[in-house]
Amino acid sequence: MTHRFRDLLALEPLTADELRFLLDQSKPFQEIQKHPLKKLATLRGKTVALAFFENSTRTRISFGTAASRLGADTMNLQAEASSIKKGETLLDTAFNLNAMKPDCLVMRHAASGAADYVAQHLDTPVVNAGDGTHEHPSQGLLDALTIGDRLGTIENLNVTILGDILHSRVARSNIHLLGKFGCRFTLCGPSMWVPRELEKIAPGVPIRCVYKMEEALENAHVIIMLRVQTERLNDPPLSANDYILLYQLNAERLKRAHRDAIVLHPGPINRGIEITPDVADGPQSCVLEQVTNGVAVRMAILYLVISGASESGTHPALEAKAKESANASD
Amino acid sequence: MLVIKNGRMLDPATNTDAPREILIDGEKIVEVAQPGSVRAAPGAEIFDATGLIVAPGFIDLHAHLREPGQESSETIETGTRAAAQGGFTAVCCMPNTKPVNDNASVTRFILDRAKATGSVRVWPIGAASLESKGEAISEIAGMKEAGIVAVSDDGKPIATAKLAQQVMDYCRSLGLTVIEHAEDVSLAAGAVMREGVTSTRLGLRGMPAAAEAVCVARDVQLAELTGAHLHIAHLSAKASLEQVRWAKSRKLRVSCEVTPHHFTLIDEDVTYDSRFKMNPPLAAREDRKALIEGLADGTVDAIATDHAPHEPALKDVEFDRAPFGILGFETALALALEQLVHAGRISLMRMVELFTTGPARVLGVERKIWPGQAADLTIFSFDRPWTFHVGESASKSRNSPFDGRKFKGGAVGTIVAGRIVHRIQ
Repeated sequence: MTHRFRDLLALEPLTADELRFLLDQSKPFQEIQKHPLKKLATLRGKTVALAFFENSTRTRISFGTAASRLGADTMNLQAEASSIKKGETLLDTAFNLNAMKPDCLVMRHAASGAADYVAQHLDTPVVNAGDGTHEHPSQGLLDALTIGDRLGTIENLNVTILGDILHSRVARSNIHLLGKFGCRFTLCGPSMWVPRELEKIAPGVPIRCVYKMEEALENAHVIIMLRVQTERLNDPPLSANDYILLYQLNAERLKRAHRDAIVLHPGPINRGIEITPDVADGPQSCVLEQVTNGVAVRMAILYLVISGASESGTHPALEAKAKESANASD
Repeated sequence: MLVIKNGRMLDPATNTDAPREILIDGEKIVEVAQPGSVRAAPGAEIFDATGLIVAPGFIDLHAHLREPGQESSETIETGTRAAAQGGFTAVCCMPNTKPVNDNASVTRFILDRAKATGSVRVWPIGAASLESKGEAISEIAGMKEAGIVAVSDDGKPIATAKLAQQVMDYCRSLGLTVIEHAEDVSLAAGAVMREGVTSTRLGLRGMPAAAEAVCVARDVQLAELTGAHLHIAHLSAKASLEQVRWAKSRKLRVSCEVTPHHFTLIDEDVTYDSRFKMNPPLAAREDRKALIEGLADGTVDAIATDHAPHEPALKDVEFDRAPFGILGFETALALALEQLVHAGRISLMRMVELFTTGPARVLGVERKIWPGQAADLTIFSFDRPWTFHVGESASKSRNSPFDGRKFKGGAVGTIVAGRIVHRIQ
């Protein structure tokens, strides 16, 4: 079953079938990451505009790498250098970038709904690389890919998300994806970051908010840590020491989770605040796999929104592999 | 001379709901009589109101006309033309212009512009504090002499309880109503919509209902302390309404208004479209239910539009950055008919009261169809089908969430001081 995506703005509106398709399309690109020669020609001649209105290092590099491994060129807009500082509206900036005829606009913006808003005004596909505190679809996908690799399934798992859920676009994308595969969620953190309203953001998905970490970890298969944004510690003014006391993930607490539980973190990590170094670097941690999978997922996203699924039904990564082996036999 | 014939007159002041003929001479009503009994001079203009309702002129207690200072969004000319199309014969304009209407010169400027360019009466509201900064009391007596009808720091609350007490005390002595934009600014800081499941899902920062109710509670206490007439603007929360109900049960001089968008839409309707962004924000389902009950049981005194035009260059941006506010004049009556009357929640007479005698009482003025009264009349259809197209609005701005909405009933004729300023043939 092939699905087509005009844009990728959020995971919430996607069906389980569409999400499964996106994950399946990512898998062959995971293989590419292991090759000595990682570059495909799938999107040769295409241009991906990377419009990061909010600072980002890893997501921007990951999308850039994904584009380049597909053979596409990129153009970059960065917040500091942009005309936003000169008072241009978001839409004007988007129209100007679009006038340079990219085949896809990847954007990150501090305002929730910004990608949605731009997409409504552009014919060019828009990929949301994180909008405010709304969604971060590619992160949700790469997390699911990582979980599937480690645990063999993404279905019917107990998923515990820890930290500042209210302000986390990652948590929302995780919930909207994994929730469609029967996962149950426990959200845990300081009460002001884990309002009860969260239990109702995805109707039909079992979500509970708890405020004791020991309870939240009980029987968890997947633990998703969120970065404690130190600037958020002022809003509300929370004591960092209190946070560590109540919510830091350490080896002792991790024992409460399922024996095979895995730990994810979207990064960047604040070692010693939300997570201890031994856990971050331990065998249950998937942090670096997440980063590697991020490139594969973003290759799949760019490939699908720019060229749609291959008409022949052959995945470009598999096609490349076939060619490679043909060449090898020469 | 102008004769309004064949209409059904609805006048809450005299509790009349009957066929009547109204004779207007110059700016005044001279005769209200049984059908066929008015003897107009030959050549008098006839307004045939067959099938229509003739009501006292509608008053809007709450509007932003943006002049002086923000004429790219609205002017007194365009705003009052939109008001006339919506059936309003008088609009109270809030003082948050540039400069702020905090002295008699600005008040006179507004009134002069209204006289020169306005389609309907413009009743300015003066700022409570200088530049609405919440520091010093503005030139209230001077503005009253120039023509303000009430005071308010609208756009924000009177900054401190102390200043609010002083303003209320002073305004009681001057006989002016204090209109309060009730908001605890610390609870509302950074928020762009009402806090709830929808704000949490959309990742938009929300303010709780308490942001309004906390301030209403403060002001109700101060109204009791000072004996002033306190009017709560654009009340949106059930908890605030309960404060007003309590105040009324204690016979305090406290009143309130509700906007059409708050009795029509709720926070669940919000999308990333900035036409759903206003302050106070769209409230919860149960708040809307409570507001409709308040409109029916008399706790709410008036329907006011909070007409807040913003030119596209300002409003067509990401939700977080867009200014608060939507257009209101042209859809208010139709929404009241749709949500309140056609839905069977209030009587037509009660609806007319909410647009006429209700707001008039807030300002301490009279509103009735009676010989000697100003000839301000709103003539409307109960069920004429029409569609609101914001592109055709008389307003300079386009920020309405009701664009394309199909309505039943609306203003057909607006008469101000004996002059027909709006008429649909």
